[in-house]
Amino acid sequence: MRRFFGSSVTKKLVMALAGLFLIAFLIVHLTINLFLLSDDPDPFNKAAHFMASNPLIKIFEVVLMGGFLIHIIWGVILQIQNWIARPKRYKVTYPSQTSFFSKYMIYLGIIILIFLFLHFLNFYFVKLGLVEGDHENFYEMVYDLFKIPLYLIIYLVSFIILAFHLHHGFQSAFQTFGINHKKYTPVIKAIGLIYSLVVPAGFSIIPIIIYFFK
Amino acid sequence: MTILNSKIPEDSLAEKWAKYKASAKLVNPANKKKLDIIVVGTGLAGAGAASALGELGYNVKNFCFQDTPRRAHSVAAQGGINAAKNYKNDGDSIYRLFYDMIKGGDYRAREANVYRAAEVSNDVIDHFTALGVPFARDYGGNLDNRSFGGVQVSRTFYAKGQTGQQCLLGTYSSLNRQISKGMVKMFPRREMLELVIIDGKARGIITRNLITGKIERYSAHAVVLATGGYGTIYYLSTLAVNSNPSAAWKVHKKGAFFANPSFVQIHPTSIPQLNDYQAKLTLMSESLRNDGRIWVPKKKGDKRPPNEIPEEERDYYLERRYPAFGNLVPRDVASRAAKERCDAGYGVGDTGLAVNLDFKDAIKTQGKKAIEDKYGNLFEMYETITGINPYEKPMRIYPAGHYTMGGLWVDYELMTTIQGLYAIGESNFSDHGANRLGASSLMQASGDGYFILPYTIGDYLADEIRTPRISTDLKEFEEAEKAVKERLEKLILINGKQTASSFHKRLGKIMWDYCGMTRNEKGLKKVAEKIKELKEEFWSDLKIPGELYEVNQELEKAGRVADYFELANLMVIDALNRTESCGAHFREESQTPEGEAKRDDKNFAYVAAWEYTGENKPHQLHKEKLEFEFVEVKERTYK
Amino acid sequence: MNIKLKIWRQKNAESKGAFVKYDFDGVSPEMSFLEMLDALNKKLIEEGDEPVAFDHDCREGICGTCGMYINGRPHGSVQGITTCHLSMRKFKNRATIYVEPWRAKPFPVIKDLIVDRSAFDKIMTAGGFISTNVGSAPDAHAIPVVKEKADIAFDSTICIGCGACVAACKNASAMLFLSAKVSQYALLPQGRVEAKERVQAMVLKMDELGFGNCTNTGACEAECPKNISLSNIARMNREFYKAKIT
Repeated sequence: MRRFFGSSVTKKLVMALAGLFLIAFLIVHLTINLFLLSDDPDPFNKAAHFMASNPLIKIFEVVLMGGFLIHIIWGVILQIQNWIARPKRYKVTYPSQTSFFSKYMIYLGIIILIFLFLHFLNFYFVKLGLVEGDHENFYEMVYDLFKIPLYLIIYLVSFIILAFHLHHGFQSAFQTFGINHKKYTPVIKAIGLIYSLVVPAGFSIIPIIIYFFK
Repeated sequence: MTILNSKIPEDSLAEKWAKYKASAKLVNPANKKKLDIIVVGTGLAGAGAASALGELGYNVKNFCFQDTPRRAHSVAAQGGINAAKNYKNDGDSIYRLFYDMIKGGDYRAREANVYRAAEVSNDVIDHFTALGVPFARDYGGNLDNRSFGGVQVSRTFYAKGQTGQQCLLGTYSSLNRQISKGMVKMFPRREMLELVIIDGKARGIITRNLITGKIERYSAHAVVLATGGYGTIYYLSTLAVNSNPSAAWKVHKKGAFFANPSFVQIHPTSIPQLNDYQAKLTLMSESLRNDGRIWVPKKKGDKRPPNEIPEEERDYYLERRYPAFGNLVPRDVASRAAKERCDAGYGVGDTGLAVNLDFKDAIKTQGKKAIEDKYGNLFEMYETITGINPYEKPMRIYPAGHYTMGGLWVDYELMTTIQGLYAIGESNFSDHGANRLGASSLMQASGDGYFILPYTIGDYLADEIRTPRISTDLKEFEEAEKAVKERLEKLILINGKQTASSFHKRLGKIMWDYCGMTRNEKGLKKVAEKIKELKEEFWSDLKIPGELYEVNQELEKAGRVADYFELANLMVIDALNRTESCGAHFREESQTPEGEAKRDDKNFAYVAAWEYTGENKPHQLHKEKLEFEFVEVKERTYK
Repeated sequence: MNIKLKIWRQKNAESKGAFVKYDFDGVSPEMSFLEMLDALNKKLIEEGDEPVAFDHDCREGICGTCGMYINGRPHGSVQGITTCHLSMRKFKNRATIYVEPWRAKPFPVIKDLIVDRSAFDKIMTAGGFISTNVGSAPDAHAIPVVKEKADIAFDSTICIGCGACVAACKNASAMLFLSAKVSQYALLPQGRVEAKERVQAMVLKMDELGFGNCTNTGACEAECPKNISLSNIARMNREFYKAKIT
C-alpha cells in the first residue's frame, strides 16, 4: 500500500496539490454563483449551461472530479495510517498552541463531503441527468432551495466548516511544498486567513440575500 | 609484586607518537574481519573507538546502559573542546597546550601521554568538522575560538553552551554509519557486570539486559572500557544520576590497577542543594565568573536578603585573597575558598552552604542587555530551577563534584594491567594529573577513541590473529555468569528496609564531608570507619522490590551502590597515602602559611596505582615514578 | 503540598496496564517533577510496593532520556523544558496530575512510564551521518561555511531525541525529529554530498517503522523542549522533492 500511495512526504504533497487545485476551483465556482444575485436569471443560467456543454469544460470536469477523489482518498489513507500510528490513546490531552483546526481536518472534511453529496444530488446530478430536475433553469432551482430554512442552515453551516478546513489547508499546503520563511510565511498565513474568510463568506452571503431580500 | 611498565617510547617528546605509529604492528584487512572487539560505553571515547575500529574492519560490539548511544554523559559538557590549531595566531602550539595541561594538572600527569593528547587535538577538530559538528563560526566562515580558564591563548572550539552534545552527536553519527554497515553491533540497555579473563587475557564480558533482566555473555579478542568517571560517589554531583564506575570497578577487582582514585575535581559554580530529595546538582558554566563577583557577608550568619547588605559589609573573598586573578582563579582554588567561608559560618541561604555570585556591578556597567546576550540561557536555567531571577538578586552557588582525574591505570598504549583490556576517556587516569583544565576532557576522550586506541589495539591484536573466535560456552564464561547471578540474587535476598538511594545519599554525604574538597588524616580515618559501618548496614538492610528477570531499576542502583562502598574505601586509602596537597587533592596538613596547597615533589611525584588483592585484604600500592624531562617543575600560584 | 497522582502502571510490554492513584503528601514546591517521583518511589519501596519505573539520567535537560506525558502535554505545561526541569511550583496544592508514557506504535511501553525509543536510532542509522573516515578529514578551515547557515544548522542540531514531538503529534509523526537532522546536513557543505540518498533513506525508514504522517498541525514545534522549528520540516520536504526530481 505504501508503495502505491507513496512515502509520507509524497502523500502530503499529493494532498496539498489536490487541495490547492480545489481551492483555485472554488474561486471559479464563486464567480459563477455571484450571478445569482442578479435579478435577471439569464446570466446565471447561461453560465450554468456553458459549464454543462462546453467540451473543454467537460474535460476539466474529469480533472476536477479526479482532484476531489484524490484529495478524499489520500486524506482517508493518511488518516487511517495516522490512527494506526497511535493504537493506544492518551487519557488526557491538552490543546497545544497549534493550528487549532488542523487537528480536526478529517472530521471537517467528512462534513464537507456530506454536503458535497447533497450538493451533487441537488445540482450536479441534475445536470448529468441522473436525478430529475429542470436543468435549463438552475437559477430558479437555486432560489427554490434557498427559500427552505433547513437547507439554508445546512448550507451556511457547511461553509463555516469549509472556512475552518481552508484556514488550515491553505497555509499547510505551502509548508508541505517546503515553503517556510521568516518573512513570507506570515504573508501566506494572512492570505490564507483572508481567503478562508472571504470565499466562504461570499458563498454564504448569496443564500442569505436570497432568503431575506428576494 | 608487579612492576608497572608504562611502555613510553624512548624518542624525543615530539617524535614518540609518530615513531610508535610507524613501528606498531598491523593487522591485515582479511584478518581484521576475524577479530572481535568489545567496547563498553558510547560517549566520545567509546563511540569514537567503536566507529574508528569499525571503519578499520574489525567486528565491534558496542554496549551502553542508556536506551541509546546518543545519551552518554559526554552530552552534558558545556564549555568547549581545546585544540592547538593556533587559528588565532596568538602563539599557541602543541607544546604550549601540552605545557598548560601538565602545569594545570599540578605535575602529576605523564608527559608522553599529555603530549600525545595535545598532538591529536587538531585531528579531532578536523574530524568533527568533517562530520558536520556545528562549531561556532565567524563572519568569514571560519571556526571561532574562545579563551578558557587558566590559559593565555584562545584555543577552545565551542558550539554555544552545548559543545559536548554536539561532539557526541557527531560521534554518534559516525557510530550509526558503522552500525548501518554491519561493522558495529549495538547493544543498548546493557550493563556490564563482569569481565571474563581467559589465560590472563580479557576475552569477554557479562552483562545484564536491563529490559529482560537476562544475564548475557559476549566474547571478543579484546575489551575496551570507556565507561566514564566516578563523580557520583558523592551522590550529589554535576554528573548524570546513572553515571557509575561499576564496570571500572569490576575490572579492577579482576586485576586492573586503579590509579590516583582520590583525584576528583570539584567544580566551583553549581546550583546549591535546594532540598533533601535532590538527586543532582546543576552546573552553571565557569564562564559566569568572567562578569559575576563572588561574595559572602562580612558578618557571620547575616541572614538579611543580599540586596539589603551594603557594599562595605560584603566580603569579596576571592578578590581579597587572590588580587591578581580575583574571581578567575582555577576551579580547585575557587572551590576551596568557597568551602572555607561556608565552614567558617559566612555562607548564605537557608543551609549556609552557598555563596553569592553577583551580577549587579556587571549589569550596572555593561547594561542588562549585554549580560543577557552573554548568559541569557544560563540565567533562564537558573531561574527555572531556583525560582530566583539572577538579574535582580545574586545567584547562589556552591561547589559540586564534577570530574575524576583518577581512574584505571593504563600504559602508553592505553592498556590496563590486564592483557587485552583497554581503558579510554575519563575512565583512565592518564592525561589530567591532579586537576583538569576546562575544555580538555572532550579533547582527551575523542583523541583516545578516534586517534589513539585504534593504533595501539592493532599492535596487540596483530598477535591474536591465530586465536579463533572465542566461544561463550567456555567455563570461564560460565563461572563469571554464575558469580554475577549470585551477587544479584544476594542483593535481592537481603530484603531489608532501606532503599539503595538512601544508602548512596548517606555515603555521598560522608565522602563529601571527609574526602571532598579538603581532606585531613583524622577525617579520612574517621570516614574509613564510617564507610565500613555503612557498608555492613547496606548488606543487611537493603530493600530491592521486584525480581531479577525484569526491568528493575532498584536492582541496578543497588549493584552500583555496592561498588561505590568499595571504591570509596580505596579513595580514602589513596587520600590518606598522599600526604601532600596537589591540584584538586588538598590535604590540610600540607599547606602554606597563607592556606594554599603545598606540593611535595620529593615524596609524591608518582602515580599511585592500586592493586586489588582480595575481599577485605589491603590494597597493594604500586608507584609509577613521574619523570619530567621536557618541562620544568614549578609551583602554581595565583596571588 | 499534597498532590493527587494518577500514574500509568504497566508491568511489562505484554501486560495491559492501568492508571493507579496515589495521594501524595510529601511534595515540596522546590522539587522537580522527577524528584517528586523519586520521593514517591522511596515511599512506595519502604511500604513494600513496587516503585514507578521511569527513564531519566542527566537531570539538566540535555540528555533527552526523561519524558512523560503530564496532564496531556509532553514534559508538562512549561514550554521549552524537559520533565527534569519541570518544577512542582507549577502545580497547585491538591492538584490532580495524570502521568502517562509516550504513546505511539513505534514507541512501545516497556514498563510503567518507560518506552522503547530505539526507532529513533533506526532512523539515524538509515542515513543520519556524513560518510567520512577517521583520519581522512581535511583541515577544519579548508571549507568555510557561511555563518548564517552554520547558525541555522546549529539550531536544528540541538534536538535531544527525547521523542516529545512524536508524543505530542496527533499522528505520532517523527517528522520534526527527522527533519532536524536532514536540515543540519543540508545546510553544511560537508553534508551536501550525500543529501539525496540521506533524505530518501531516512524518510523511507521512518515510514517503515510505523510513524504517522505529518499534517502540519505544529504540535511538535509547540511542545519541543528545545524549540526546534517547523521550518526544518519544510526544508526536509524540499530536500525530498529535490532528491526525487533530480
